[in-house]
Amino acid sequence: MTQKRLILSTQLLDITISRLCQQLIENHGAFEDTVMLGLQPRGVFLAERIKAKLQSEGIECPLGYLDTTFYRDDFRRRETPLVANATHVPFIIEDKKVVLVDDVLFTGRTVRSAMDAMIAFGRPRKVELLTLIDRTYSRDLPIEPNYVGKHVNTVFSQKILAEWTEQGAAQDQIWLITND
Amino acid sequence: MQQKLSVRHLLGIKDITPDDIALIFDTAANFKEVINRPIKKVPSLRDITIANIFFENSTRTRLSFELAEKRLSADVVNFSSSNSSVKKGETLLDTVNNILAMKVDMVVMRHASVGAPHFLTQHIKANVINAGDGTHEHPTQALLDGFSMLQKLGSLQGKKVAIIGDILHSRVALSNIFLLKKMGAEVMVCGPKTLLPRHIEALGVKVELEVKKALQWCDVANVLRIQLERQQIKYFPSLREYSLYYGINKKMLSELDKEIVIMHPGPINRGVELSSDVADSEHSIILEQVENGVAVRMAVLYLLAQS
Repeated sequence: MTQKRLILSTQLLDITISRLCQQLIENHGAFEDTVMLGLQPRGVFLAERIKAKLQSEGIECPLGYLDTTFYRDDFRRRETPLVANATHVPFIIEDKKVVLVDDVLFTGRTVRSAMDAMIAFGRPRKVELLTLIDRTYSRDLPIEPNYVGKHVNTVFSQKILAEWTEQGAAQDQIWLITND
Repeated sequence: MQQKLSVRHLLGIKDITPDDIALIFDTAANFKEVINRPIKKVPSLRDITIANIFFENSTRTRLSFELAEKRLSADVVNFSSSNSSVKKGETLLDTVNNILAMKVDMVVMRHASVGAPHFLTQHIKANVINAGDGTHEHPTQALLDGFSMLQKLGSLQGKKVAIIGDILHSRVALSNIFLLKKMGAEVMVCGPKTLLPRHIEALGVKVELEVKKALQWCDVANVLRIQLERQQIKYFPSLREYSLYYGINKKMLSELDKEIVIMHPGPINRGVELSSDVADSEHSIILEQVENGVAVRMAVLYLLAQS
């Protein structure tokens, strides 16, 4: 049987994103040399919300979309083929502070490939990681986020389902899916 | 969206589906972004070795494949028959098996005989990509032509494409016809009667003998080279006469009541099928075709490596 538990409702999600923005502002001030890279496909939805919220605070932060497909380490090793998404990074990240943004952090492999992909656009001064959901104790690689929306303890067979309005959902919600 | 090609080898456009073609175009658009970055390389195929086996001369296709392979981080070995043991009498299968014994995962092959890559797939495990087999098919050229039209016009559905020149000896023409028909475009072939294959209209294409009428009809003119090296007998009196009746010049384009796109798969015989002022004009997307060729070949290699 499949169980579906709501871990972030629309309202709670909004509060969480506001809090993440405040944490970013504490560390990056006016965002003079900071850029955000949203990881395709779903990290960009979160990144767009953060960008909009920062704008309402009067802060302008450049945002790029980074696709990690061609840098993944499981190419030809997985059953379902990898399908690429668009990369759109309209700036050079040389000597910039980069915040990588993704919705769910699980094994850390996407973030590793994202760091590889990012290097094609220059050598950043500093790289930070922001994730909405951190699935703790499940990392394959020594990667830890700097900003976390919510820590969730999960087992391998569980899944996090992030629903965003851009994908046709009625509202933004984050669910924990358990298959028995 | 479809995620995987329906085939293990790319032998011809005839064998692939419209969904395959759409997937290749989508992937190629992503690779086009990659090759316009400051660092143009991705590590996707770093554990793959590719042999480029060319039994016929080629500059652009071989360079384009080699660049595509290198930008995907594959290891590349090159082989051309002019300096090899083929001259010493080795068979095709022996040559290829020897190369595969060195642990090669994919083979890109050009051969003068129709069906040579199809024959290979029955005997070897590696993925085979046809880079031109005789006068039969040249699938990556058709894919890059289609992709270039798509980028220029936004869609292929309902577009009118005239293929002008030596249709009889052209693998580019045949692959282009298959691809354009599959993607919903209308196709016309135009050339002197001696250079049009008999029963070509059975492929669902219009036939036109007058180049001016073809230009007036089409949105895109894909102009082909006269392949003198494949013509054992005279198909027309002289190059000068061909150029007079079938060469496209600026004056003809300015007499049309619309703008058309000029394409050419290269190498151009300047002054024969295209005058220089047309080849270098704003109508021509010949150099875009070359750039798109690398992106399309990256997409084909990337997708076949996963199949």
